[in-house]
Amino acid sequence: MIDMTRFAGQKCGTLLNKLLDDSISEHLGIKLVTPLTVVLVFLLLLSVPVAGYRLLFGIGAASNLNDSWPWGLWIGFDVLGGVAMAAGAFMIAGAVYILNLKKYKCIARAAILNAFFGYLLAAISITLDVGRSFVIWHPLVMWQVNSVMFIVALHLVLYLSTLATESSPMVLEKIGWERGLNAVHRIMVGAVMFGVALSLLHQSSLGANYLIVPGKLSPLWYNKQLPYMFLVSALMMGFSMVSFETILTSKVFKHDVPHDVLVGLSKGILYTGTFYFFFKMYELLTGPGLALVFDDNLEGMMWLIEMAVGVVLPVFLLALPSVRRDKEKMFAADILVVFGVLFNRLNVSIFGVARYATRAGGDYFPSIMEFTLTIGMIAFAVLGFKLCAKYLPLFPDHQESAHPPGTASAAAPRAPE
Amino acid sequence: MTVSRRKFLKIVASSGGALVASGVPLAPQAQARVSTVLPPQATGLLYDATLCVGCKACMVNCKTQNSVPGGALYKSGWPMPPYENGDIKLNNGIWDAPRELSGKTLNIIKVYKNGSAEVKDRAINGYAFFKQQCLHCVSPACVSVCPAGAFRKDPVNGAVYYLADRCIGCRYCQLACPFGVPRYEWDSAWPEVRKCQLCRHRQAEGKIAACAEACPTGATIFGKVLDLREEAKRRQALRPGDEYPFPIQKVGARETTLRPIAHYTDGIYGLVEAGGTQNLMLSGVPFELLGFGRNIAKYDLPRLTWAYIAKIPWVFLGVFVGGTAIYKMTHRNDKEG
Repeated sequence: MIDMTRFAGQKCGTLLNKLLDDSISEHLGIKLVTPLTVVLVFLLLLSVPVAGYRLLFGIGAASNLNDSWPWGLWIGFDVLGGVAMAAGAFMIAGAVYILNLKKYKCIARAAILNAFFGYLLAAISITLDVGRSFVIWHPLVMWQVNSVMFIVALHLVLYLSTLATESSPMVLEKIGWERGLNAVHRIMVGAVMFGVALSLLHQSSLGANYLIVPGKLSPLWYNKQLPYMFLVSALMMGFSMVSFETILTSKVFKHDVPHDVLVGLSKGILYTGTFYFFFKMYELLTGPGLALVFDDNLEGMMWLIEMAVGVVLPVFLLALPSVRRDKEKMFAADILVVFGVLFNRLNVSIFGVARYATRAGGDYFPSIMEFTLTIGMIAFAVLGFKLCAKYLPLFPDHQESAHPPGTASAAAPRAPE
Repeated sequence: MTVSRRKFLKIVASSGGALVASGVPLAPQAQARVSTVLPPQATGLLYDATLCVGCKACMVNCKTQNSVPGGALYKSGWPMPPYENGDIKLNNGIWDAPRELSGKTLNIIKVYKNGSAEVKDRAINGYAFFKQQCLHCVSPACVSVCPAGAFRKDPVNGAVYYLADRCIGCRYCQLACPFGVPRYEWDSAWPEVRKCQLCRHRQAEGKIAACAEACPTGATIFGKVLDLREEAKRRQALRPGDEYPFPIQKVGARETTLRPIAHYTDGIYGLVEAGGTQNLMLSGVPFELLGFGRNIAKYDLPRLTWAYIAKIPWVFLGVFVGGTAIYKMTHRNDKEG
């Protein structure tokens, strides 16, 4: 390892040395230079000039959006999808810190970090999506409480800070700043509760954004319960994303998670998925009716794919005990759910409004630059997660899990009682 | 590290208190939600498609009059009104040829044609002109959805106007508008949302909307919304073929043109659409054929999102109270040990 004190001075160098000390993750065997990482770095670098071009020449020049299609891939996938993918954090954090379910403690940090990158992805994308990126802070000072978008903006900022707070013990532990660590632990439960409230609202308010378009969004997706549908599907997504990411990291890093954690997550998907299915069916049958699905149109097809592949199939699979015994099969079910919920977000934001937008004379297919940035953002999230896994104590080892909950580190002194 | 229960409760209580405090502005009482009542002095336009001859004088005057400081199309540094070439070859800005409402066009006259297009204002084998522009909702969706308050409704004349300095460019207004009116300057690096602002800058000078001023036939007239509603109802009540002195430029104007009443269909557009609009329309062919969709809600749209927003303080309260209770229950045994 390079000794940073030679370049950055004694104080800074020591700090950097501590941060860049990867002995903490030696047991995980993370290699930084792999073919996949190289590709991801390449994709991330590709998105940098796109972001620059977008900022210099405007949203119209960079995207294929138009007056009939004000929102496209960046909102549909990066923002709606990215935020939904981040739902796991508040659920796991709530389970560990409030419900005191100790067995999930081993995945809490990874889930929170995962969400942090999900939200960061969403935040960067929406910053580039708005036409006047440099004044995106306006809603924070120019309150307009009638606007769901204002709520979304406020929550995005607050929740990103909350996630950063929840993740900070990893960094503080690493650099050994015990007073800071202590302070964070003291507010941790409050921060978790704040995060739970913000997430419940944030996930649902993305759906609430669409409450105002009864005439534009297809009735297959539009109904008054849209916020709650977004919330329930985000819960489903949260379970499966955490499960997916846990199994994935256990595959690529040398690290193992107790099987009953995965089973617990699978049951979570099972219950929320079943509820979601009946919720969707109830709204369909009491709303536009089943006939609309089989009406031989694009929307019906999309609805069917979303429900069959993303909800019914994984719920059915996870209901089988044989699937819940097998990590690989659970992994497959997780991927189906993640796909299904992402597809739902694209359906609401793009396919569901396509009929209206097309009639209004607009055509939309994302531009190369829109795709490049979206892919670059995904690469950014994966890379960021990997770097954190290498340099931060992301997976508390067995030594630590012996301590009571609320005790993230053996180094932290006990508060006087 | 453990936190004593008393200390923990203190932390939760203080953060919860801060939250409730910060949540206060979210409470319904603190900031009035978008009004659903028409301002008594509200002004608007009545467009009678049966009088329109498609001369587009309104479009010309709209673009000219709004390209001056204060106008809805004004941008410093633009030497002339933003003309469009309409993708027509050889039209290098020689004449204005907008195809749609756009970031450069706030008001457009279009033609409906069917079959042989012989008779005016007939749905089958006929033709009709129609006008697209902002209808100035009584309870505008764009005002309610804007996260930075860039869209406002004038409390006196009710014009829905735009403050570019606030806009972040999220384009939620475009999504939310049931009529698809707000347009974006897609060709700009620092774009604005553009739409008709009912010549608010001219109204401030005591003038009427530019389109009504330019209309030679009285197809577009300006006036108080309440008067316009009366006028529209009066025309509808008359029998087709009856002679009627149609006012020019303004409702109740002395200058009129005597013409037979056409056959109106479909009622008055703008009385109930999206909770009512300040601009009203009359037509000889069904509005749906003119691109004014049937599925537009007959109530104020902001109420849909407000129903959700009003619940937010309760979610915070519920999570903190419920979360604290659960925390105490689940951590009871840990603390003893």
